[in-house]
Amino acid sequence: MTRPLGTLIRNDTATRINHWITALCFVLLVISGLSMFHPVLYWLSAFFGSGQWARQSHPWIGVVLLLSYSGLIIQFWRDNLWNMDDVRWMMAIRRVLANDEEGVPEVARFNAGQKFVFWSMAVLVPVLFITGLIIWEYYFGTWTSIPTQRAALLIHSLCAIAAILVWIVHVYAAIWVRGSMRAMTQGYVTPGWAWRHHRKWFRSLVATGSSGPRPNDVRREAGE
Amino acid sequence: MTNYQSQNFIRISATTMTPPATRNHEAEMAKLIDVTRCIGCKACQAACMEWNNLRSTVGTFNGTLENPADLDPHTWTLMRFTEHENDKGDLEWLIRKDGCMHCEDPGCLKACPAPGAIVQYENGIVDFVSENCIGCGFCVKGCPFNIPRISQVDHKSYKCTLCSDRVAVNLEPACVKACPTGAILFGSKQNMTDWAGERVEDLKSRGFANAGLYDPPGVGGTHVMYVLHHADTPSIYSDLPENPKISATVEFWKGLIKPVALASFAAAVVTGFMHWVIAGPNEVQPEDEEAADRIIEGKNAPKSSPELPT
Repeated sequence: MTRPLGTLIRNDTATRINHWITALCFVLLVISGLSMFHPVLYWLSAFFGSGQWARQSHPWIGVVLLLSYSGLIIQFWRDNLWNMDDVRWMMAIRRVLANDEEGVPEVARFNAGQKFVFWSMAVLVPVLFITGLIIWEYYFGTWTSIPTQRAALLIHSLCAIAAILVWIVHVYAAIWVRGSMRAMTQGYVTPGWAWRHHRKWFRSLVATGSSGPRPNDVRREAGE
Repeated sequence: MTNYQSQNFIRISATTMTPPATRNHEAEMAKLIDVTRCIGCKACQAACMEWNNLRSTVGTFNGTLENPADLDPHTWTLMRFTEHENDKGDLEWLIRKDGCMHCEDPGCLKACPAPGAIVQYENGIVDFVSENCIGCGFCVKGCPFNIPRISQVDHKSYKCTLCSDRVAVNLEPACVKACPTGAILFGSKQNMTDWAGERVEDLKSRGFANAGLYDPPGVGGTHVMYVLHHADTPSIYSDLPENPKISATVEFWKGLIKPVALASFAAAVVTGFMHWVIAGPNEVQPEDEEAADRIIEGKNAPKSSPELPT
């Protein structure tokens, strides 16, 4: 994608496609999953045609999500490693929430909140996948004992609730921090955005002459 | 598996509405299986297949009299045989007709996510309404007796209907009709309980000190009851549960966490919205762009110092 001169690449094309496949799968899983979780949400199964279709589609979409999220883990895990700056950032969360990021520890590619979302999903998605296989009636209905399946259903539900809460935080953060949405749709951010929200990342790109998303990634500027 | 009249429900799966309660005079019905009179002829099994038009695929011989080896979508009742050695070292041949117990508090219905796929009629019969079934298998997890079976052909769950279609027109279930020894009886739950009481007294007088009625209170009682010669140890009858009740895991999953989950989602969204109202969007300011530009220019300017301005 062409981007305005002087902007920085936040997420390259492959990352964005990977992200949106994951997002689509997640939304479909939430819709079909909730339709089977609470009677007042059963109508959500109509998006799939019927309850049968929702039940049938859900695990397959889950398989795609696992593969897709694995791709995100491969691309993002290094930049999500936890360090002491993240603890300090978390201590200053009140200032962050008040839109006053001056005096808050400088943030590299991802802040502690983003890392929390990343690692939460990195744990929840595999647990959801494994418990989901155990309760996948069509293929694995007789593979495990009924008490095991009961436990798997409960863990699956609890993890799904946690994942939905994390997802709400993720979506709201993208709405709240202006420019983040474009970073994942068109892929670029302005230098001022990087300075304001990810100053350490910005400095590392400038120091290496990189246009992002990682230091030493060198791409030709549009029109250059 | 049957036609139904909506005013006859007392429980409907996956619905938050109150079922109709206008018909409150109907007697609770029950099937009484007197294990002590059973000769294991399987007439009930054959009658069930006949009436319900069920034909299971021919299986393989597994060294016992049980045929087929387990309940399946086409086998809604199954004779289970146990060779039990009692305290005196004598052999007792224990035969139990297995199938849905039609619990007063049905775990299958509690677990079911499809509205109206499982219903409980006023007479106590728990029935699967197959066109509403989505084939998720939650009923299998909910059942304390391991009864429902999911068809690999149409992905629907099946079990004994207690011949709800026959009972609706004042006929006894097919298995009851076929039993040649009178080991299976059908009537109001009160009558069956009374009759079982007499039978238990008789058995006790004949040396079966622990004879009794199996009507487990953990599931609120059942609408299929057994007279057992050894009611103190039901598990010797092919693992009949000692004290069946809906698993605590299922109760929790279908109880507290449902409203708590929805409330927490709503709270998260409202919190986000309130943050938007109070703090507003976090927007990049012109000063940020200027500061960033200064650093980029500082980097690109030809000078000897490797230090970046901060």
